[in-house]
Amino acid sequence: MSEQTIGQPPAGDKPVAPPEGKNSNNELFRKITQGPGLVSVLGVFVALVIGGLLVAVTDKKVIETAGYVFARPSDFFTQLWRAGTESYVALFNGSIYNSAQGFSPFLETLTVSTPLICAGLGVALAFRAGMFNIGAQGQIIIGATMAGYVGFAWHLPLVLHLLLVVLFGLLGGALWGGLVGLLKARTGAHEVILTIMFNYVALYLLDFLMNTTAFRRPGETNPISPILDANATFPVLTGSRLHLGFVMAILLTVLVAWMLKRSTLGFEFRAVGHNPEAARTAGVNVARTTILAMAFAGALAGAAGVAQVAGTEKVLTVGVAGSLGFDAITVALLGRSTPWGTFFAGLLFGAFRAGAVNMQISTGTPIDIVLVVQSLIVLFIAAPPLVKSIFGMNPKKRVRKTETIKAGAK
Amino acid sequence: MTTTTSAALQPSISLLPSKKTPIVLSVIALITLISFGFLGSSQAANFSLSTNTDAFKIPDLVFPGMATNIVFGVLLLAVAGYSWWLRSKGRTLPTYAVVLCAVLFVLGFLIWVVSGANINSISLASLLAGAVVLAVPLVFGSLSGVLCERAGVVNIAIEGQLLGGAFTAAIVASITKNAFAGLIAAGIAGALVSLVLALFAIKYLVNQIIVGVVLNVLVSGITGFLFTTVMQEDPELFNSPAHLPVIAIPGLSAIPVLGPILFKQSVIGYLMYLAVFLVWFGLFKTRWGLRVRAVGEHPKAADTLGIKVNATRFWNVTLGGIIAGIGGSFFTLVAIDSFTKEISGGRGFIALAAVIFGRWNPIGAFAAALLFGFADNLQVILTIIGTPVPSQFMAMMPYLVTIFAVAGLVGRSRGPAAAGEPYVKE
Repeated sequence: MSEQTIGQPPAGDKPVAPPEGKNSNNELFRKITQGPGLVSVLGVFVALVIGGLLVAVTDKKVIETAGYVFARPSDFFTQLWRAGTESYVALFNGSIYNSAQGFSPFLETLTVSTPLICAGLGVALAFRAGMFNIGAQGQIIIGATMAGYVGFAWHLPLVLHLLLVVLFGLLGGALWGGLVGLLKARTGAHEVILTIMFNYVALYLLDFLMNTTAFRRPGETNPISPILDANATFPVLTGSRLHLGFVMAILLTVLVAWMLKRSTLGFEFRAVGHNPEAARTAGVNVARTTILAMAFAGALAGAAGVAQVAGTEKVLTVGVAGSLGFDAITVALLGRSTPWGTFFAGLLFGAFRAGAVNMQISTGTPIDIVLVVQSLIVLFIAAPPLVKSIFGMNPKKRVRKTETIKAGAK
Repeated sequence: MTTTTSAALQPSISLLPSKKTPIVLSVIALITLISFGFLGSSQAANFSLSTNTDAFKIPDLVFPGMATNIVFGVLLLAVAGYSWWLRSKGRTLPTYAVVLCAVLFVLGFLIWVVSGANINSISLASLLAGAVVLAVPLVFGSLSGVLCERAGVVNIAIEGQLLGGAFTAAIVASITKNAFAGLIAAGIAGALVSLVLALFAIKYLVNQIIVGVVLNVLVSGITGFLFTTVMQEDPELFNSPAHLPVIAIPGLSAIPVLGPILFKQSVIGYLMYLAVFLVWFGLFKTRWGLRVRAVGEHPKAADTLGIKVNATRFWNVTLGGIIAGIGGSFFTLVAIDSFTKEISGGRGFIALAAVIFGRWNPIGAFAAALLFGFADNLQVILTIIGTPVPSQFMAMMPYLVTIFAVAGLVGRSRGPAAAGEPYVKE
């Protein structure tokens, strides 16, 4: 009940009746080895291997040595291994630890993770309420726009200014998300289509605003806003780009976890997510819940916009959301829509993002490989039977094998 | 007592038709009358219909901006009033009247924009011809969406199919120096994306929307990666695709306005018309189509009658992928010289919008794609002639129209009943 598994087959992963003569020890062993935890780890592993292979087969030296692979196979395999692994080593060096900088790359990972976690929570919360929030991108944009405007156009005292920036950012996201919820609740329109369309509307709206005198920096021909007031930005940890927004991300994770587990509203979200008809029968106002769920989801994505504009970038541009909104979907999927799962998935993808910069510089591997690995991870995790069959863990097949052995013995 | 209670409990239920159509009509009538008419420019708007290469000339259409829109506004107000009156009688306006109003509104908008611009003249012929060119990938993408959704599989991966097709067409047409080889390869690439969608959605029962969204990211990542590591290493060899020529049919292509649209296209452009017809004919006039639609609406009933539900879905998704892949090749084999990252630029999502706006019908999707292509091209032309409307709002148009469409403000659009639901045989 509490662990809704988005993306997992509802019926395909049915526990297969254990073959006769199974004792409980074996049962326990299978639970550990084939539970979602191990499958997730294996899924990540397979995705990394495929990504590594993709890097390797396009590597010049690998192609060169492949020309005489039968004459000197060792050259080929050495190069294959080097090309496949050196990108990941660079990725690790750029995101967690390297001998020159110590653990300071990890602070960069935390910085990059902050908006991913916030927006991922927004997607996850909507998932739990039974909705696909593809619109994190638009919600981030509107959140960042409102937060940014308050940040550079108003001039207020310390603390108060930052609080208002955060508030307006959340409000902007909530507005954009809530509008989708309202349309869905009132007209029955599908939220996937609505959110995709709202993303584009938000993007063009920001593009328009950035070309007005209210938003564009004076004396600047490029669409870039004035720098946010010092009072309006998150305090930064000296020697890094890490800002207080990361603490906000942690607090939001705690808040969403509390909300889903302990609050009435969270219970209503989950009830509607599981079965809207049953929830309606039980007295839940489904329309109100839908609107609120999308508004909260939007607010969380708006927080990601705040983290970008008031933390990392300190300035509003058309590209403020980057591809965060779409990365957030993969973050929420990898985190299986649980708040803390999303938090750690956000950290993992943040590490990919942070490390990819270093990887591109030191090995020349394009950042796009991160997209490949990221999407493969989500695909594999969404389809446990596929991962199981790759590693020969498919229970059905094993049963069949033992049966044939038995048949052969007879 | 009982009557009052039930009336209090159900206050909103009335037997009259929805107020939506009269309200929308009234709003657009007022906009036309006030914004376009009274507040519009009094200068004339000039629309040229013929080009120099045409067989015979049609005189330019000239509309005085303010006066025309006041007339249009009054006409629209009259229709809106009529629809309020019809509603009070429990009837609704016929569809053709609504369409006519929409056309009047768009025309009024055009006249308003052109008469208020720096240059008060545009070529309607090139506006329409350009609209069709921009619509080609949208049409192919939306046909893919229609085929998949009619069989009960939601296809969010159109964007990925277009992008995959564009990339593969570019690389194959560059290496083989043959544009047709690129065209075929693009179809195969689209089918490959579809196969992954089908594998995960049908075999592993993963949520179709998730697979679609993730596939878009995956294709974007792979093509971006290979673009940097392979294509940019040797653009001469890998990224200078042979192009498909534009074939003008002698005589027919010189007909004003219609000639360039129908008879002066690339092979892909002609294929587009053929594909729209074939998909429409197939879905609605053949036994195969009836089965596909049955699978999309009520898979259990279809299964009971002996139709192989998952096989039908699998083949439809594959076919959709081939079509979208070919549409993607339009970018690199006709429209643009070479492949660049994210060359499809979100058009897969507009194609998805066209599927819905066209109510899951190939002809409707075709019309919707043309409309979106028109809005896209209009934005380009309006930027050139310098209008009061910011180009960003023009660019927003397809998305806003789709939001209105799915929210049921412009008629109800309802998809196949079983779209998005995996089918598991009991």
